[in-house]
Amino acid sequence: MSFSREDGLQSMSTDLAIEAVGLVKTFGDTHAVDGVDLAVRRGAVYGVLGPNGAGKTTTIRMLATLLRPDAGSARVCGHDVVAESDGVRAAVSLTGQLASVDEDLTGRENLILIARLLGLGRAEAKQRADELLDAFGLREAAGKLVKNFSGGMRRRLDIAASIVVTPELLFLDEPTTGLDPRSRNQVWDIIRALAGQGTTILLCTQYLDEADQLAERIAVIDRGKVIAEGTPSELKASVGSGTLHVRLVDSEQRPEAERLLVGEFGDAVRLEADPAALSVGCPDAERAAEAVAELARAGIAVGEFSRGQPSLDEVFLALTGHTAEEAEEEDDDEQEAA
Amino acid sequence: MSATDTTSRTPITTEASEAALRNALARTPRPPRQGAVASILTFGWRGMLKVKHVPEQLIDVTITPVLFTLMFTYMFGGAISGSTSEYLQFLLPGTLVMSVLFTTVYSGVALNTDMTKGVVDRFRSLPIWRPAPLVGSVVGDSVRYVVAGTVVVVVGLILGFRPDAGVGGVVAAMALVVVFSFGLSWVFTTMGLLMRSPNAVMNTGFMVLFPLTFLSNTFVQPDTLPSALEAFVDANPISHLVSASRGLMAGSVDGSDIAIVLIVAAGLTAVFAPLTAHLYRTRG
Repeated sequence: MSFSREDGLQSMSTDLAIEAVGLVKTFGDTHAVDGVDLAVRRGAVYGVLGPNGAGKTTTIRMLATLLRPDAGSARVCGHDVVAESDGVRAAVSLTGQLASVDEDLTGRENLILIARLLGLGRAEAKQRADELLDAFGLREAAGKLVKNFSGGMRRRLDIAASIVVTPELLFLDEPTTGLDPRSRNQVWDIIRALAGQGTTILLCTQYLDEADQLAERIAVIDRGKVIAEGTPSELKASVGSGTLHVRLVDSEQRPEAERLLVGEFGDAVRLEADPAALSVGCPDAERAAEAVAELARAGIAVGEFSRGQPSLDEVFLALTGHTAEEAEEEDDDEQEAA
Repeated sequence: MSATDTTSRTPITTEASEAALRNALARTPRPPRQGAVASILTFGWRGMLKVKHVPEQLIDVTITPVLFTLMFTYMFGGAISGSTSEYLQFLLPGTLVMSVLFTTVYSGVALNTDMTKGVVDRFRSLPIWRPAPLVGSVVGDSVRYVVAGTVVVVVGLILGFRPDAGVGGVVAAMALVVVFSFGLSWVFTTMGLLMRSPNAVMNTGFMVLFPLTFLSNTFVQPDTLPSALEAFVDANPISHLVSASRGLMAGSVDGSDIAIVLIVAAGLTAVFAPLTAHLYRTRG
C-alpha cells in the first residue's frame, strides 16, 4: 500500500459517518430544512437539538434515504444518500419519532420480523430476538401485542429492533420524548452502552439536558438552519452557564422576591408560567446559595430551588432572541408531511 | 425544570442484566442481504400474524359472502329462474366473484392505515427489495381471498349447488378469481397511498366496485337488458370473470373469457403495481 497524499485525504473523509452539505427540503411554502451542514465523526454520539418543527425529523429522513433532498448532498457511512441509497440502508438503522415497530404484532414477532428481513435464518432470528428481549428487560412482555406496551417498553423495543444487526450508524429521533424519568434513564443507559460499543449515533432531541448527557457535539437547529454547533460545554458557555430556579411557597410573595433577585443579579429575572416560580441566570453556585439565603432572611418562604442548566428555551432565547415555542407555532408542516 | 426530575436515577441494570445487555450489544455481523422472494414471504407472514392476533378482521371476509349468497338466492331465485335451486346454479359463481372482489378493497385500507404508523419508516430504511412490503401484503391478502371464496363455495354446496366440473373446476375458478383479485388490489393500494383516511379508501373502493359488480352478468342474463346497458355489461371485465368462473365450474368454459380476465389482471398489475411502488417510495 502506498501512502500518497490522495490516500491520506480518502481516509480523512471516511472518518466521517455523516457529511451533509447544504441540505434543503421544502414542503409547499415551508422551508422545513433550509441549508443544513453536518459533519459527524465515526463512533461519536452527535446531538441535534431543536424544538418541534425545527427540521430535525426532516433532516434525519433525508439522511436515512426516506426523503430525497431538494438541494445539497450528503454522504452517510461513505455512501451518497441519493445515488447509493442502498448502501446507506445497508449501514444504518432508524428509530423514528413515531415508534417504528408494528403495534399489531407481539414484541418478539417484531424482532423476528426485522431479523428475518435482515437475512438471519429462522432459528438465528428467534435466538437473536430472545437475546435482545432479555437484555432490554422485555422478556415478560415478549408475547404481548405492542399496542399494549407502555411508552418506555415501546421505545426499548424500537431501539432493540434497530440493533438486531449492529448498524454502523443509528438514527435516534427523540428517543425519550413523552417518557417518565425512570424510562428515560433506561433509554439513556442503552444509548451509552451502544456508544460504548463504537456505534455512531445521531440523536435528535428537544432536551439540552439529554444532548449534554450523551452527545460529544451538538448542533442547534432552528427553522431549518443550524444556528450553533460545538461541544456541550461550548454551547452552554455561549448561553450562560447556569440558571437558578426558585419556587416560592406563597405566590403572593413573588413580586417581592423578584425585586430582591433583580437587586442581586441585575435585571435578567424571568417570571415562569407557574405563578410561584421565577428563575435567573446565575453563573456560580455560591452566588445562588447566597441569593436563596437572602430570600429566606427577607421572610420569603422558598419551597424549592435548584441551579440547573439552561433549558432549551433559554438556549433558544440566547441564540435566536425568540423562544422555542414561537418556532414551533410557525410550522407543523413537518408532521403533516411525515 | 425542577431538581427532582434530573437527579433521580433508577438504573434498570442489575449486574446480571448488565451482562445480558453487553452481550446483546456485542457486534452482530450483517448476514448477506435477503432475496426479494424471501422478503415478500416474510411480509406475507406478517399479514398472517395480524390475522392471527385480530381474527375479527376475517368477519367481513366470511359473513358478507354468506349473506350475499343467501339473500340473492332466495330473493331473486323465484322471480328470475322460477326456482331457487336452479338460480343458485347460475348465481353462485357470481357471488364467488363478488365476495372476493370486495375483499380486495381491504388491501388499500390496510396500506393506508400502515402508512400512518412509524413502522413503515423502518421498512423503508431496511436494505431489502423496496416494494417487498407491498407485494408481501398483497400476497398475504390472497389468503383472505381464498378464505372468502371457500366460504361461498361451502355455503353453495350446502344450499344445493352442484358444479358439473367437480372439485377441479371449482379450484380452477377460484384460482382465476384470486389472480384477477391480485391485479385489482393494486388499484386499491394506489388509492390507499393517495387518499387521506382509511374510510375514504373504503368508501371510494365500494363506490367503484358496487356498480361494476352489479352491472355485470352476475345476477341476470345480459340479453334481458336494454341495449346500452347490455353493451356495458358485455364490456365489463367482471362479466368475463363471472362467465369464466361459471364455465370452469360447469365444465364448458370459453377460452376467450379466461384470456380476457388474465389480460386485464396483467394490465392492472403492470400499471398500478409500479405506481403503488413509486408512491410508497416517494411519499413522506
